Parts: sequence; structure tokens; C-alpha cells
Amino acid sequence: MDHIGWLASIKVAEEEKEGFVASFNSVLDYFHQLDELDTEDVEPTYRVVELTNVFREDEVGESMSQEESLSNAPRRENGYFKSPRIV
Amino acid sequence: MAEKDVIIGLEVHVQLNKLKSKLFCGCSTDYHDSPPNTHTCPVCLGLPGTLPVLNKRAVEYAIRVALALNCEIQGETLFYRKNYYYPDLPKAFQITQYDFPIGLGGKILIKGEDGEEKTIRITRVHMEEDPGRLVHAGTIDRAKYSMVDYNRCGMSLLEVVTEPDMRSPKEARSFLDKLRNILEYLDVFDGDLEGAMRIDSNISLVGGERVEVKNISSHKGVEKALAYEITRQRSARRRGVAQVQETRHYDELRSITVTIRTKEEAHDYRYFPEPDLVPMRIADWVPRVEAELPELPDAKRERFVSEYGIADDHAKSLTSEIRVANFYEDVAKRVSPRLAAVWIADVLKGELNYRDVSIDRFSPDHLVEILDLLEKGKITEKGAVEVIRTILDTGGDPAKVVAAKGLAKAEDDAVMDAVRSAVAECAQAVADYRSGNEKAINFIVGMVMKKTRGRADPGEANRLVKEVLDET
Amino acid sequence: MLRELKEELAAGASAEEKVSALFSKIKKSKLNAYNNLSEDSAFKRAREFDSAPWSGLLAGVPIAIKSCISTRGIETNCSSRILEGYIPPYDAHVIERLKEEGAIIIGKTNMDEFAMGTSTESSYFGPTRNPWDLDRVPGGSSGGSAAAVAAGEAPCALGSDTGGSIRCPASFCGIVGLKPTYGLVSRYGLVSYANSLEQIGPLTLSVEDAALVMEVIAGHDKRDSTSIKSDVAYLSGLDGGVEGLVCGVPKEYFGEGVDPEVEKAVWDAISKLEVLGASWKEVSLPHTKYALAAYYIIAMSEASSNLARFDGLRYGLRLGADQDWHTTFSEIRAVGFGPEVKRRILLGTYALSAGYYGRYYLKALKVRTLIKQDFERALSTGGAGVLVTPTMPFPAFKIGERIEDPLSLYMADVFTVPINLAGVPAISMPCGFAGGLPIGLQIIGRHFDEKTVFRAAKAFEDATPYHETVPKEVA
Repeated sequence: MDHIGWLASIKVAEEEKEGFVASFNSVLDYFHQLDELDTEDVEPTYRVVELTNVFREDEVGESMSQEESLSNAPRRENGYFKSPRIV
Repeated sequence: MAEKDVIIGLEVHVQLNKLKSKLFCGCSTDYHDSPPNTHTCPVCLGLPGTLPVLNKRAVEYAIRVALALNCEIQGETLFYRKNYYYPDLPKAFQITQYDFPIGLGGKILIKGEDGEEKTIRITRVHMEEDPGRLVHAGTIDRAKYSMVDYNRCGMSLLEVVTEPDMRSPKEARSFLDKLRNILEYLDVFDGDLEGAMRIDSNISLVGGERVEVKNISSHKGVEKALAYEITRQRSARRRGVAQVQETRHYDELRSITVTIRTKEEAHDYRYFPEPDLVPMRIADWVPRVEAELPELPDAKRERFVSEYGIADDHAKSLTSEIRVANFYEDVAKRVSPRLAAVWIADVLKGELNYRDVSIDRFSPDHLVEILDLLEKGKITEKGAVEVIRTILDTGGDPAKVVAAKGLAKAEDDAVMDAVRSAVAECAQAVADYRSGNEKAINFIVGMVMKKTRGRADPGEANRLVKEVLDET
Repeated sequence: MLRELKEELAAGASAEEKVSALFSKIKKSKLNAYNNLSEDSAFKRAREFDSAPWSGLLAGVPIAIKSCISTRGIETNCSSRILEGYIPPYDAHVIERLKEEGAIIIGKTNMDEFAMGTSTESSYFGPTRNPWDLDRVPGGSSGGSAAAVAAGEAPCALGSDTGGSIRCPASFCGIVGLKPTYGLVSRYGLVSYANSLEQIGPLTLSVEDAALVMEVIAGHDKRDSTSIKSDVAYLSGLDGGVEGLVCGVPKEYFGEGVDPEVEKAVWDAISKLEVLGASWKEVSLPHTKYALAAYYIIAMSEASSNLARFDGLRYGLRLGADQDWHTTFSEIRAVGFGPEVKRRILLGTYALSAGYYGRYYLKALKVRTLIKQDFERALSTGGAGVLVTPTMPFPAFKIGERIEDPLSLYMADVFTVPINLAGVPAISMPCGFAGGLPIGLQIIGRHFDEKTVFRAAKAFEDATPYHETVPKEVA
């Protein structure tokens, strides 16, 4: 659970862990139903729409102004988004 | 020195900055001198609800590069999500390629350590988007906070991955120089722009763990970082300290590599195909792109030798940069190709390197003028060099510089006068010469040069002095 | 209905008055159907219309928008704390189309947080109540949109459907809701929950209204690479009737687990269609029981990636002092997401992680192929023009009844998720009542054959009184 929490960047509090693990297990057990099906020769369906080769031309469109880009930023400085320190 | 114990592989990220727009949106790629966050849109900023749409020309460029690197183009290729968290990645995933990359199994020829031609195998070429740029208030490990600029986010990147075929920092450098050259020939990127090429190097000693040095942006930096790593790893080995698999960062100021403190947990990128994009079937594009490929460096070098009759070494030097090759051909149309080859490869390039400027700073017309004056005997070789240097340093054109600096070769009469008066004055030297000391002539020639204030051609002066001495 | 509304407006009725009346009703309402209202812009637009009316398929018509569809300048928070206060600088494609056709956007409706749910109980802003019984859920995740339309707090609304999120609330609230064929309506501007499954669609009081809204929002958008070019003239042929239409009735959608009154109402509807000239035959969709597991694995996996961008750096929730980035982001996400969203992100992360990808995600995609083939066999090659089933196995349950047991809530989607997996269109419409609570009839069509679905639905609607019943609570 800790590892998954780390991968998902969600801090799972101690009190929550038990509840999550329990519901996890019951849901995963339910998922295991799929093991009943033999899918050896079945192709996966990644997309139900059968398109290929959808492109746009290499043309310049509109960009947002700096103000628009930062308009929802909780913290900013000198035109940059302010981020917590890396380390 | 190539060592038997060094194994080097490279992952090169090339930014296709010659495209007009980004990979998945219409933001302009011309962000390099712009204020932060002025080249973003909802798509490249990753705002909730936005979707990517693929730039067709980026795919063409990718095919161009993969073909030039002798790769097999995959008939069906698609994009994946690489999921990880970092402030410069707005969607917390990078759209990249994983299985079915656009190009597989290519190669580049370089000159190996032993002077022989060596093949560096290319594992794959694939397309992906660039993240944004982090600016730290201080160094990465001590800054109290960081700042993010997403102008670069969403630029098209090509990742070129090599097999670990290199055996020395010099070979790595050689590979990078060759790769950059090919890319500029293909006109898919401008290598001078900031961020155009970023290199991750993997290096290990035989039997040891692999160290990755990430994100170096200059070829010289890669060479230095790898040299440092070899020393560091060997020294650790001698002391019995085991090398662990790790990632390091190259500190350009101190020319050393440092460990980036990362968690022990391995990255699990949870790749899956990007659901918002559809696959590309591009096998039938290949013949057309292939037909439109420009002449590449190796072919151009061979042609220069056969068409212009110049030495292979000169041809190699002239084709090491497309701009130089084009400059050469422009000049070689109008003056002797052999003369042009010598003066560009041996002289002009040296002067440019010394000043750290590109050949764009010198006009081919000017070089043609200078070589013309030289061939007609109006200036000496030394004078020609002086003109080149002056133009590079202070501008102007050849005729004006020659006049201003008095570089016009001394007229024959004036030289002859100087020769006769020098012979007359250097009685001792004349006597020495007559008694068999060939070298004594140099003294007399020196006197001639002094009298003509250096404007006589030394070879010519030597000849005339001998002539006069033989007269009597 | 919309036709009458448009006629009134065309005859000189005041859009401003209509909008004003709606806002008054909403403010007095006990339903909690809305997250935020856009009064300033709505009044401005209404006044502009009144002084110089424009034309358009929805000229002067007020419409409510589910909270996960981007509206420029109007808060779009997906009913989540982590996006509270987020104001998009751009409109979704469907919003641009609504504006082009003259509609007036009045507000954003309540939903299950990030569209993850079947009851609208997981909203950060509290549950929406069912207008037919205030102690019951309106269905989800587009519960706010459905409740608003059913209660007269909006003449029509947009919702989104990933696993039943339009059809379920339509069923529980006794109105019409359509999930279009995947690819028909642009997803540009829809905050992604599960990209390969979801579509935006209409929630309305009548079939004709749904067809009208579809004419506005459907159609190719070059900003969505999964968007299909197609003909969108849904209003024509609407009254074509069902003579000769073969309705497939999948046996897996009846029997155990289905409320007997629901089953009866649906069989009555099938008989009604027969009377109108259609015929029916039993068909089988043998992989139906595996659809839920496949759906949830795929949806959670995609969601875990789609929701990774919410970290408080470019928009959304940011807490007190920043620490190092990983700690900061992890805490923001722990606090900003509700438990169901966290559960699905964690499960999805797990399903995609190294060593498990083949077991869960890839397996689910293969099962998806089998389910898609089931539908193709029953519909196209099988000769049925549409399939007819219940939308939900039971009518609206009580608030709080299922929320503590996630799996029991997931099970409610058993008849709606297979449709998303196959990508086919499906409509839900009222076909009866059980103890005063609406029952939904689901009509499923072939890919891109919305016209047949509409035609069948319209024929049934014309022959029945259910769409005219108004909830007592709000009459």
C-alpha cells in the first residue's frame, strides 16, 4: 500500500490504510473473476474507434498570454509557476 | 585512449526546433528569447480536459532521421504514456513511444580510437514530447523553491538510443559530432539553439554496475563528464568500493559528477498506449521521404574528393558541417577548388574556431575576392591571413582592408631596389653565401623584408636575392 | 419541452425572465443540483438576446452543464475539493457549439467527484437529492444535471457517461438521457476520467429534445483525435415509427438481481413496441457478467493516469507551507481527493504497475473485445436493429444506503457498463414507476445508429404518458 501510495503520489494516512486495504482486497477478488475466461487468442481492444493517421498541419496557432497561463496558479513569481523545492 | 574496460552508451534527445509548432499543439516553437509561460496553450499546459493532436511534419522529420541513421521504419507505430511525477511535467505523464517506436536497428560510422572506421549501432529512434524547464533559486539540492517555465513543454523530441558500443569519451564525442552533423544536413534542427540536444550517458567498467549521467547539453561536457567518471570509477574500484547502479548529474562549473539523491524505489512508469491518440500507419511514406533525403555527410565527402579533386582530409573537414560544405561549394565555383579547400579547411576554420564563431560570420564573396587577389599576386599569403583576421575582428571588405593596412604586395621594382640595396649593404653575408654558407641568404632576405616593411613576399625575395647574387 | 420554449421566445417571451425564474427556483431548492451558477454571464446573454434575438438551434434556451465540462470563465471543479476555484481559460468544443447555436449557460451541476460514482454521493459539495423522493439518490455521476432537468431547474442539461453516468440518473429521475456512440461527440474540454469509455451527452425531458441537443453537440472536432466525422441530422426521421424493427432482448439482463417491478415495466415496454409494429427476439450477450470487472479495471487504470496532473502547481488546491515537491503533492492529493477517487487511483495504479499489467489491464482489454463481439453478434450480424433492456436493476436507493460498500455500488452499473465497453449508443427513458419511483428503459443501438435509437424511443414515448409526469416534490 505504501509503495502504491508513493507511485500515485497520494499520502495514505495510517488510519486510512486498513480501510483501503480491505476494500482493495474485495475489489481485486472481484476482478479475479476474469481469470475464468480463456483469452489466449483474443486481441485487446485499446480503442473502440477504428481510426489511424489523425494529424494536424505544422502551423502556428494561438498561445495564451502569460497572465492567462498563470491565471489559476496558486503560487507564482516573476512570470513563473512557483514549485516546492525539488529535494 | 580506448580502454578495454570501458563501456559507454548514449541516449540523445534532439529537439526538432525547425518545426514551426509543437508536437501536439499549435504553440510556436520560437520561445528561446521569450519571457516565461508565454508560449503555452491549454493543451501543452495540460489543463484538465485538453487533448493532443499530432503534428504531421514531426512524423516526417522522425522518418527522415531514422532513415538517415539506417533504421528500419516500423509500419505501425504509436504513442504511449510514461507516468511519473515532476514539476516540469504538467500532465504527470509524458507522451512518448515504447513498444513499436518509429525506427529500430540503425547505425552510424565514426572514426574509432585506433583510427579505423567503427560502427556504432543505433538501438532505436522514437518520438516524444519535451517537458518544461525548471529554474532553481540556487543549486538543485539547496534551493528553497523552484520555478517552472512551460514554454518548452510539448516541443517535439526525437530520442536516439545507442547500443553500448563506445569505448572512450573521445568516441562518444565523435559519435555526437557525427550525429549532430547528420541532423543539420537533414535540416530538422538548429544545433546552436539552447536545449537543442541533451544527452544522457551510460557508463560502466567491465564487470561493474552502470552509472547514468543525465542531461548534459554540450558534446564537450559529455566528453569531460565521461572522463571524470572513468577516473572516479577506477579509483573506487582500486579502493575496493563497489559501484552501485545510480544516476548522477554533471556539474559544469566544477567539471565533476555528483549523485542525485533519489529514492531507492525503482521507477515504475506504468506504460500503456495513449488513449487520446490513434496509431500511425506510415509504411507508404517511406519511399517518398527516402527519395527526398539530402546528400548526407559521408556521400558528400566522397563526392568532394572525386568532383573537386581535393584531399580526403580536406573533404572530411569541409563536410563536418553543412554550412561549411555549402560555403565551400559556393567558393569553389569561382576559384580553384583546391585553393579554396586549403584556405577554408586549414585557415578560415581555424580562425573561426579561435574566435568561437560560425562560418555564417564570413562572406563567401569576400573569400573569393581574397583568393583572387592572392592568385593574381596582389597580396602575399601572410597578407591574406591578415585580411581574414581583420574582417572577422573589425569587419570591412577585402579591398578596403588591404588598402588600410597597406597589405598590397610590394611592386616588383620596389622589391628589386630593396634586394639590390640589401645585397650592397650585407657584404659579410654575401661573402658567407659565396663561400658556401647557404643559410647566409636568410640574413639578406631578412634585410629585404625590413626594407619593404614586410610587404615583400619572402619566397619571391629569396628568389630575387639569389638572382642578383648569381649575376655577379 | 424545448420546442415550446423556443416558440415562446421567438414569439417575444423574455429570456431574461426565464433565466431569472430558473435562478429563483434553484436558490430555493432542496435538491443541491448545482455547484455554481453563472448568473452574471447568463443575465448578460439573456438581455442581449432580448434586445436583439439571434437564431440558432437553441436560441435563447438556458442549459445546465455538468461540472466536469470546461466553460471559459466559469468555475469547473468536477465536484472536487482539489479543483475548487479552478476557472478554465477555454471552452470545451460542445460549449462552443452550444454558444454558436444561441444557448445560455446558467450553471454547473453537481456530480460524483471526477465522475466516479453511481449516486452523486461522493461530491465534495454534498449529495444531490432525487426530486421524486428527497431521501433518495438521483443516480450518478451526472446526478445534478438529471435532477435539475427533472425538477424544472433547467430545461435541458449536458452530462457525461463513462459507465452509465448519464443513463443511470436519467433512469432514477425519470427523464431522457443519451450516451452517444464513442467518437461522435468531441471530448475536447471534458475533464478525463476514462478516455476510452466516456462521451458527453444530453439529459432532457423528451426524446425530441435529446435529438435537438445532439444536433448541436455531435460532429467532428479536429482537436479530438478520436473524433469521427458523421452526419448529425437527428431530428429528421424521428417520427418514422418502429414498423419492422427487430428488438433484441438479451437474456442476461433479466432475472436474478433485477427488481421484479423493473422487469415487469420493461416487458410491458417491449409489448408496447410490439403493438407499435416492432418485433422482438431473445438474444444472448454471454460475457455480460464479466463486463463490470473489465470496465472497472480499464476505467481505474486510465483514471489513475488522468488524475495524476492534480498537484496544486498550475491550478487547484495548494496547502500551507511547501515542503519538498513529492511530499507536498502527496499531501495535497491526500486532502484534495475524496475516498472513492483515492481508492480508484490507487487501484488503477496497482493494475498498471510492473508485474500486474498483463493480469489486469491487458486482460480487461481482451475481455472488452469479447464483449464488443457479443454486441456485434446480437446487433449487426444478428439482425436486431436495437436491443431493449432495463437501464438499472432497481429504482433509486436511499442516500447512504450503498456508499459504505464500494463493491455494492459498482454492481449497480451491471447493465450500463457493457455499452461503454462496446462503444455503442444507448438511451434511457422513463417506462413506469415502482413505488412512485421512476423506472428506466434502455434502448441500445448499433455504432453510429443514433437515428434508429431515437426513432424507437420516440415511438414509445408518443404512446406512453411517463414523460409527462412531474415529480410531486417539486410540482
